[in-house]
Amino acid sequence: MANAIEPDEGRSRAAQELLKGIWRENPVFIAVLGLCPAMAVTNSLLNGIVMGLATMFVLMGSSLLVSMLRGVIPKQVRISVFIIIIASFVTTVDFVLQAIAYEVHKEIGAFIALIVVNCLILGRQEAFASKHPMKLALADAVGMSLGFALALTMIGGIREILGNGSLLGVPLLGDSFEPWVIMILPPGGFLTLGLLLTIFAWFKARAKARAALETKELSHV
Amino acid sequence: MSDLAWIFASACLVNNFTLSYFLGLCPFFGVTGRIETAYRLGLANIFVLVITSLTASFLEAYVLVDAPYLRLISYIVVIASTVQFVEMAIKKLSPALFRALGIFLPLITTNCAILGLAIFQQSRGYDLVQGLVYALGAGAGLMLALVIMAGLREESELNDVPSLVRGTAMSFFIAAILSMAFMGFAGLFSEA
Repeated sequence: MANAIEPDEGRSRAAQELLKGIWRENPVFIAVLGLCPAMAVTNSLLNGIVMGLATMFVLMGSSLLVSMLRGVIPKQVRISVFIIIIASFVTTVDFVLQAIAYEVHKEIGAFIALIVVNCLILGRQEAFASKHPMKLALADAVGMSLGFALALTMIGGIREILGNGSLLGVPLLGDSFEPWVIMILPPGGFLTLGLLLTIFAWFKARAKARAALETKELSHV
Repeated sequence: MSDLAWIFASACLVNNFTLSYFLGLCPFFGVTGRIETAYRLGLANIFVLVITSLTASFLEAYVLVDAPYLRLISYIVVIASTVQFVEMAIKKLSPALFRALGIFLPLITTNCAILGLAIFQQSRGYDLVQGLVYALGAGAGLMLALVIMAGLREESELNDVPSLVRGTAMSFFIAAILSMAFMGFAGLFSEA
């Protein structure tokens, strides 16, 4: 997948690997990976941001380590090795979060532990970090986790504004606003992601239609 | 006894793993094309969840008291290898059962529902029997969600859906409505 990218003049390879994860190959919106945390913890913006940061640390750490060890790990047991590496980083994050943000940890602690089985992270190790040098692996990890954090922030923001009338705990919409409680409950997660996917599909369809129109006009000339 | 019944009902309906904890979403969206497949995947899930519950209780009682920081790593490694061993045993003892569940077993070992069960069971302090009932309830709930989802998708396959929401987005909307329906179960039981 990553190998197929044509070298683009003007941007270095590392910058490309970094940028692709943020939008064009966004893990949540385009690849639809890592859904469990994307919906389970995003009932408020703060939880979404913390989850995004935790995932970023784990993804960057494991991508670096896997890329460093890519000549050493035997091919037959690589998946088990990746999982053990990821689990070690997740354990670290779990304890650190418990120490510095106990309230948040109480709310989303179980889902921090579940970062281990986030298919996005294992997917990047298998598809990218185990085949590329450290610099590119790090760029890829930063890009992918920024894209993931962006998605979590968007979903968390939308759900908190609509479901609670606030953002980061600060009331936004005034007293006359009746909160849509459903948005901070589980159905709101499915609903928000479904709506976002529809909006992106609409953008894509519009861009495609415009491109088709341009080719048509060109062929007339 | 009513305590165990509550644990079962809560894991199966009120706090359904898929629809209210968002666990096991990959098979929920990926393998729910046909009811038959969803049903077999559900059975395989129950099977792995029960093994997981037993393994996690054992680890908790004998190994992790001395080294709680190894919890995640040991859960994953021990659960995955236990499932592998049981899979080999089934292949030898009951080829028919293996054919029915076999292909799903390696897939669901790394499913978040499996690790989620082990973590929730530990954080709620369930003992062996409670954990087992919890695993059965969670498995029944997963199977219920998978089968309902597959049924809905089989029905809606030929419907005229706007092209923008066809595919993944449509599945999310179906899941949202299902999840709302399952929230209704919360009113059926008084909080224990």
